[in-house]
Amino acid sequence: MKFMLLIHSTEPAVIDNTRVDGGVMSPEYAAYNDALIKAGAMLAGERLQPTTTAASVRVRDGKTEVLDGPYAETKEQFGGYYLIDVADIDTAVQWAARCPSAQFGTVEVRPIWNTRGA
Amino acid sequence: MTDEARQTAERVARDSYGRLVAFLAARTRDVAGAEDALAEAFASALKSWPVDGVPTNPDAWLLTVARRRQTDAIRRRQTRTIGEVHIQLMTEELEQAAANPDAIPDRRLALMFACAHPEIERGMRAPLILQTILGMTAVDIAAAFLIPPATMGQRLVRAKARIKDTGIVFAIPEPEELPSRLDAVLEAIYAAYAKGWTEIGDSSADRLADEAIWLGRLVVSLLPEEPEAKGMLALMLYTEARRAARRGEDGAYVPFDQQDIAIWDERQIVTAEALLRQANKAGPTGRYQIEAAIQSAHVARRVSGRANWEAVVGLYDVLLSLTQSPVVVLNRAVALAETQGIEAALASLVVIADDKRMADYQPYWAARANLAARAGRRDEAYEAMTLAIGLATDDAVRQYLIGQRKLLQDG
Repeated sequence: MKFMLLIHSTEPAVIDNTRVDGGVMSPEYAAYNDALIKAGAMLAGERLQPTTTAASVRVRDGKTEVLDGPYAETKEQFGGYYLIDVADIDTAVQWAARCPSAQFGTVEVRPIWNTRGA
Repeated sequence: MTDEARQTAERVARDSYGRLVAFLAARTRDVAGAEDALAEAFASALKSWPVDGVPTNPDAWLLTVARRRQTDAIRRRQTRTIGEVHIQLMTEELEQAAANPDAIPDRRLALMFACAHPEIERGMRAPLILQTILGMTAVDIAAAFLIPPATMGQRLVRAKARIKDTGIVFAIPEPEELPSRLDAVLEAIYAAYAKGWTEIGDSSADRLADEAIWLGRLVVSLLPEEPEAKGMLALMLYTEARRAARRGEDGAYVPFDQQDIAIWDERQIVTAEALLRQANKAGPTGRYQIEAAIQSAHVARRVSGRANWEAVVGLYDVLLSLTQSPVVVLNRAVALAETQGIEAALASLVVIADDKRMADYQPYWAARANLAARAGRRDEAYEAMTLAIGLATDDAVRQYLIGQRKLLQDG
């Protein structure tokens, strides 16, 4: 079964705790990636740039509105994701607990719909 | 008359002391306070029984007096209103206790014994207790039993369906039924303790460990003749004694062999050693006694400066023949490294190298990494260390292993 692990955390926490600048991966995340790959669970995973670089887009009455920043003004921001393939949601939850960001942020586990084109 | 009173008091002290303490402490959780109250009750018994005669139910008499002493003590401590509620609760409990002298003095423990029903599949009794009474999740229970979470979930559902279909009646078992149900209850209490031990910063997890020790004490007081109950309580106390020592002042992980023995809780170790001695009177008979004995050999370090590794390996051999568990193979290998060398230890792990249960078992990779590093197999150590980091859920452990891996690269 496919699951997405959605990583949410406060942005200063992300920066402080993973000591990451630019494209360098922290040793915690590098090891976590290796463990996911070794278990055959890893499908994809990316880390997002901070919300200061984001734009939110919507179309209303035929007009395209573009706003700076993320859509939701919440304390914890969406900062990255993993797409994993594991036996069941309990195993997905186990992997979420191992995610380094689970220490200070929240990792949401979402099953993926199996959709096909019409 | 005086002799009769004294003999009766001595007999009651011998037979019922633990049970009476458990009753008295059942809600306050204050074992020391309960013991003080009971001691005073025994003192008044020795004064009044020679004069008034020995009561027909000496247990109930002692319990009543001890309750009054306890109430006085609480009255002195608490405000009037709270005290009144307390007294009322106590009176109700006292009546209940007097009506059922053999009752189990803790509602949850009674339910645990009810859950350890012989009609339920043996392997599912402890998981059911953990889920329904101690509130653990299927994921945590699965981790405790090294079973995939989905499998554990399905088995729990099946076990509950079977209970419904076959109409198993859950009743608090009679005292004579308790020993036959003990295994599952001990297994559940110990799994709860282990869960409470592994989660560190979490205060509710600490409480789970405290609850488990409390339940362990109750079981020992209920079934003082059962060596495995004492063995398990000893095992929990040996481990609990080292709770504070496993983290440095900065919160960093401290491996067992580098712990500062000055921070170990000497009182708990002494209690554990005494329990283990009592349990082993008829020779070690079960896994908890053996595991407690292993802990005893480890804490020998506080006296001799060195763990008794030969004894540890020998005890793991016995445990392995009892359980066939891959975790025992792993722990034995760590001890073997101290007596027969690293290569012998690594060779002993071959039998579990392809065991699926070890593939994402973090302690396995951490131990492998440590042994490979000490054997000078740097690539193998690096790979195992990386997996151990990636599989960790405890950040202190993760940071410690990242430090160890850095040493490997630099060294």
